[in-house]
Amino acid sequence: MSTSVLFDAPGPRTRVRNGLLTVISVVAVAAALYGIYRGFDAKGQWAGRIWQPFLQWETWTTYIFPGLLGTLEAAAVAAVLALVFGAVFGLARLSDHKWVRVPAGVVVEVFRAIPLLLLIFFIFYLAPALGGSGDYTFMAVVVGLMLYNGSVLAEVVRAGVHAVPRGQSEAAYAIGMRKNQVMRLVLLPQAVTAMMPAIVSQLVVLLKDTALGYIIAYVDLLNTGFKILPARFFGSLIPAAIVIGIIYVALNMALSYLATWLERRSRRSRKTAAAPIAAPGSAEVSVGAGGGTEDAGLAPDRPVE
Amino acid sequence: MEDLIRYAPDLAQGFLENVKLSIVAAIVSLILGTVLVAMRVSPTPVLRAAGTVYVNIVRNTPLTLVLAFSALGLSDQLGLVFSGVPRTNSFWIVAMGLSAYTAAFVCEALRSGINTVPLGQAEAARAIGLTFMQSLRMIILPQAFRAVIAPLGSVMIAMVKNTTVAVAGGFAADAAANMKGAFDQVGASIPIFLGIVVAFMIVTMPIGYFTGWLARRLAVVR
Repeated sequence: MSTSVLFDAPGPRTRVRNGLLTVISVVAVAAALYGIYRGFDAKGQWAGRIWQPFLQWETWTTYIFPGLLGTLEAAAVAAVLALVFGAVFGLARLSDHKWVRVPAGVVVEVFRAIPLLLLIFFIFYLAPALGGSGDYTFMAVVVGLMLYNGSVLAEVVRAGVHAVPRGQSEAAYAIGMRKNQVMRLVLLPQAVTAMMPAIVSQLVVLLKDTALGYIIAYVDLLNTGFKILPARFFGSLIPAAIVIGIIYVALNMALSYLATWLERRSRRSRKTAAAPIAAPGSAEVSVGAGGGTEDAGLAPDRPVE
Repeated sequence: MEDLIRYAPDLAQGFLENVKLSIVAAIVSLILGTVLVAMRVSPTPVLRAAGTVYVNIVRNTPLTLVLAFSALGLSDQLGLVFSGVPRTNSFWIVAMGLSAYTAAFVCEALRSGINTVPLGQAEAARAIGLTFMQSLRMIILPQAFRAVIAPLGSVMIAMVKNTTVAVAGGFAADAAANMKGAFDQVGASIPIFLGIVVAFMIVTMPIGYFTGWLARRLAVVR
């Protein structure tokens, strides 16, 4: 909805009132920012000495890049596995056979309901019992992410296939295709287009959740920023936190932007009869139900919609 | 099984902390999220921008980072202290961090609810001569609230599960921390794990069912 229908063009009094509101809010925002600045200043957080390390290339190559690599590695491996898991279980839930459908449904529902950190802890403690001693941090993070996000993606796959209009499969059956042909040649290609934005949104969640590895001491970006760097450069905790925060936000914003772009593209797409499905508003460590069209955060803001 | 029975009191105590965190975070994040959404749809560009920046930064930061920063940065370095007792202090640090994080998602859920109201409704409201406040109060908001019940339920379920990340905020007394403690002593125990998972499901499932039921009951038939 756009504002223009809710009220007429502002008259002189409204314009004055809006101007006043703007001035007041500028002052309020500025005051808040200044308060934060003063708080940091009082504790000496703007001292050049503690920001110094981040201007040196060695700091980046020795500490930050390896940490970032750890995060991206875990995210990439987990993403691929989660997509496979999601595809297999999503299709299994669509099966005509009860003995396939029901267990798949149970698995998906259970892994969606478990808090991810508990799952990672459990895998982390279970692994040595099964495979002898060793460093299982990477494995625990990746497997946990795979099971949880795979389950969410399974729901996305199911929703995607359901989003294809029924006439498509009816027509396919009518021209004599078999069940597997209908799925493979008609439904899935169209569903993938519709699912793409939701999948990418879920990948943002997955990337954010790799940070849980910090708790079991997996060397990721967060660990680098909060444990390794401050230990190496005394007093640099807050600068380090701000720097890695910026990296995380930039990464996720880029992915969110990709999701929005894909969604716009699939709305225009002639290749599918299905409208893009909303990102799953399922219970998870990060996604809220921001499934609206212009919700990936980068869309221009408009007043009361 | 005997593992679960032996550690049950500990785990139950930890889980109670998760429930407490959830209750505090639910109340605070709903209030804060409403304030944020009001900022994001206000006619003042400055407030809109401030709300958008906040939501985008917080939404794209891992919760683990938010909590670790709240504890190590805000509390230890910058002296934001809620209480002299370390345990109470870290409880509130985590509760506030979790609220600040969840508020961004509450805001987005509410905003997408406003977006579900068709343009024609507003046009019709104006056409019969309702003022701005009247059309908002009688036409737009009642429909928007109904549309956000289910998404808000999802956000709340996610929040309850997120209370397990409290460890990152230095609050080592919740179910996740106690489970880890038990595992340290007896190794990975399936009964203990399942016990906690079931406890979480007992809390989250009713939220899902209730909000789903309410949303269906109040759904605007179009």
